Amino acid sequence: MSSNCDAIVLGAGIVGAACAMELAHAGMSVTVVEPGVIGGGATAAGMGHIVVMDDSPAQLAFTHYSQQLWHVLAPQLPPAAEYETPGTIWVAADEVEMQEVARKQSIYVTRGLPVRVLDSHALLHEEPHLRPGLAGGLLVSSDAVLYPPVAADYLLQQALSSGASLIRQAALQAGEGKACLANGDILSSPRIINALGAAAPSLAPGLPVHPRKGHLVITDRAPGFVRHQLVELGYVRSAGSGTADSVAFNVQPRKTGQVLIGSSRQYNAHDKSVDHQILQRMMQQTRRYMPGIDKLSVLRTWTGFRAATPDKLPLIGPHPADPTLFLATGHEGLGITTALATGKLIRHILTGSGSEIPVEPYLPARAFHPTTETAHA
Amino acid sequence: MRNRNEYTYDVLVIGGGPAGIAAACAAAPHARVAIVDENPALGGQIWRNSFPARQSHPSGPWHNRLQQTQATRLHGLRVFDAPAFNTLHAEAPDGLHILRYNKLILATGARERFLPFPGWTLRNVIGAGGLQAMVKSGLPVAGKRIVVAGSGPLLLAVAAFLKSHGAQVVAVCEQAPPRQLAHFATSIVAYPSKISQAVQYRTQLAAVPYRIGWWPVTAHGKSQVESVTLTNGARRLTLDCDFLACGFHLVPNTELPALLGCSLHNGFVAVDSLQQASVPNVFCAGEITGIGGLDKSLIEGSIAGYASTGQNSPARKLFAKRNKALGFAAAMERAFAPRPELRRLPAPQTTVCRCEDVAHELLQQHDSWRSAKLHTRCGMGPCQGRVCGAATEFLYGWPGESIRPPILPVRFDTLAEAEKPTAQH
Repeated sequence: MSSNCDAIVLGAGIVGAACAMELAHAGMSVTVVEPGVIGGGATAAGMGHIVVMDDSPAQLAFTHYSQQLWHVLAPQLPPAAEYETPGTIWVAADEVEMQEVARKQSIYVTRGLPVRVLDSHALLHEEPHLRPGLAGGLLVSSDAVLYPPVAADYLLQQALSSGASLIRQAALQAGEGKACLANGDILSSPRIINALGAAAPSLAPGLPVHPRKGHLVITDRAPGFVRHQLVELGYVRSAGSGTADSVAFNVQPRKTGQVLIGSSRQYNAHDKSVDHQILQRMMQQTRRYMPGIDKLSVLRTWTGFRAATPDKLPLIGPHPADPTLFLATGHEGLGITTALATGKLIRHILTGSGSEIPVEPYLPARAFHPTTETAHA
Repeated sequence: MRNRNEYTYDVLVIGGGPAGIAAACAAAPHARVAIVDENPALGGQIWRNSFPARQSHPSGPWHNRLQQTQATRLHGLRVFDAPAFNTLHAEAPDGLHILRYNKLILATGARERFLPFPGWTLRNVIGAGGLQAMVKSGLPVAGKRIVVAGSGPLLLAVAAFLKSHGAQVVAVCEQAPPRQLAHFATSIVAYPSKISQAVQYRTQLAAVPYRIGWWPVTAHGKSQVESVTLTNGARRLTLDCDFLACGFHLVPNTELPALLGCSLHNGFVAVDSLQQASVPNVFCAGEITGIGGLDKSLIEGSIAGYASTGQNSPARKLFAKRNKALGFAAAMERAFAPRPELRRLPAPQTTVCRCEDVAHELLQQHDSWRSAKLHTRCGMGPCQGRVCGAATEFLYGWPGESIRPPILPVRFDTLAEAEKPTAQH
């Protein structure tokens, strides 16, 4: 069997679902291909922190734009999406990190973000369970959290109610205008969007996307124990390191009253089982910042794979070697935050609709090097 | 900083019920043995608060036998992880316990299966075994009207127990069809001890109606149960009660064997003739290899205990007795298989997952346990699917998911310290 449509979206994680929604809203006939649970991959493994990050101007523009899109969408999300705006506190352990607070504040202020510098006393006032003696922090009150699998399903349902269709099959091959499915069916379309996250290279060989494994821990309900998403400023060092395994203090209050605890980053870890050593390092780091967490009860641990790129920016747009193939992957730890903006950029690229931010920093061509250069290196 | 305790044993037995006790008794003369249980005393579900017991009690001889060994008893330890080769981690009130072993015998037993029906979450609707345990712990039931319903031989045992504690057992209702059960009754002729036990229960329960082929459809009451409506498919009957003791036979506690990577078959751990699981050095005995009751547990525990210490000859001498016990287990599985009508019991609004308040109608929209978990939070609460998992498997045909540590809720510091590299080594 074979069929035609305007666009095929491979993968119904939150990024694929957002792309499908935007293209369906643009009037395209869209087919979404997903064999598994909707939002069941990295989407389900993530924290659901909708956060503005400023590792680079392009990252700042992209995360801020997407966060605004989430704020607009929030009233329509179902209650089970657990959308809340607790804000983030970037926690500074010492005076060196307080300089980072000042730097971050000046940048966020220029974008009109609601931020407040907290001194040591104010930090404890906001978060009584933090260890005394921390230097302070930066409160960014517009940052949000949500429950990603339900949000992804909502976006997909929007696409389906605008005429998109969903095929519960795995795609085995994609390119040159065709997607071959596990059941033997072949779908034809001039536009195939690979939104498979860390698995994207399986259908686009040579893609500079690598899995970066993360662990999460969730506690039983302890309402009020944590009030904001708390992230150590050392996180920037942790997330920024390109090769070494790292952990960072990163905890989140869930609407259920549970505390969600991250984060770890590992390269060259392909086994999805829980790695006791890195889990222990992550939990020890959490205890250093929040000793009172010791008495909470842990219900569950899990792992997932972020889709990491060398320059920490996503790959959004045409594949340089195949004019029918488009990429929407490489979001690393920001896939939930930037899913909506990714959908908008894909819509802009495929339909020529206006874009509120420039697309150039995210175009995949930058990450593909001519073979001679690779051989030389 | 809380305590950190480390032990190494030749044979480590997890589970202090009959299978675990028998395993420890068989292995202890030939090895350093420890038997671990999460309760403050050994005995498991069936011998709870009767170990030690009067000599006339069936547990008496086993208690004496265990007393004569050097086996270490580790009470109040909840095993939650298997983080490294031949190592288990357990939590006790004083913190982390690290248990190392050469051979491991798992005898983790079974729990009741709960199936949802309207009203099953009312106060005083309790598992049959659960109510028995509460009475053993001091809950007074004298003069209380109790309906015992569900499935399995446990119902009669619990009803007799409750009656002996002064309860007024209004009725015992077994969902299994009369024909299915009659076949079972005929087949147990081969097991004289089972007959005498059944006769004993029936004698104790003289004047209590035993309704075969009846099952609960609705429990009524405002804050707590006041009555229950039962049916046999053709007729309905409503009985007033203070308690509804209700469980639908048993499901095995396979979380730990699954975490260790042991192969399961039809929901039970697959073992060879020496009770060895698919993972080297791991033996399994009792209800986790098939629901078979006391005799099967004692025999399999003994075989595992002998085999784990290389005593294959005494182990083999028990094969014939085990075959008989397995025959009984198979007959029991057929007799008490839940009838398909039970799948239609929950109303759209009936809660299936009690921890997270997830209703039947929400779950019906999903096609897998994982999908339901991620999108409805079913099974995500403190029980981690121990209660609703068996129900969703029966109602919707969803097999369980792969298992990750911790297999039980555990304190943050216990889990965090658990992973601390041991400086001594």
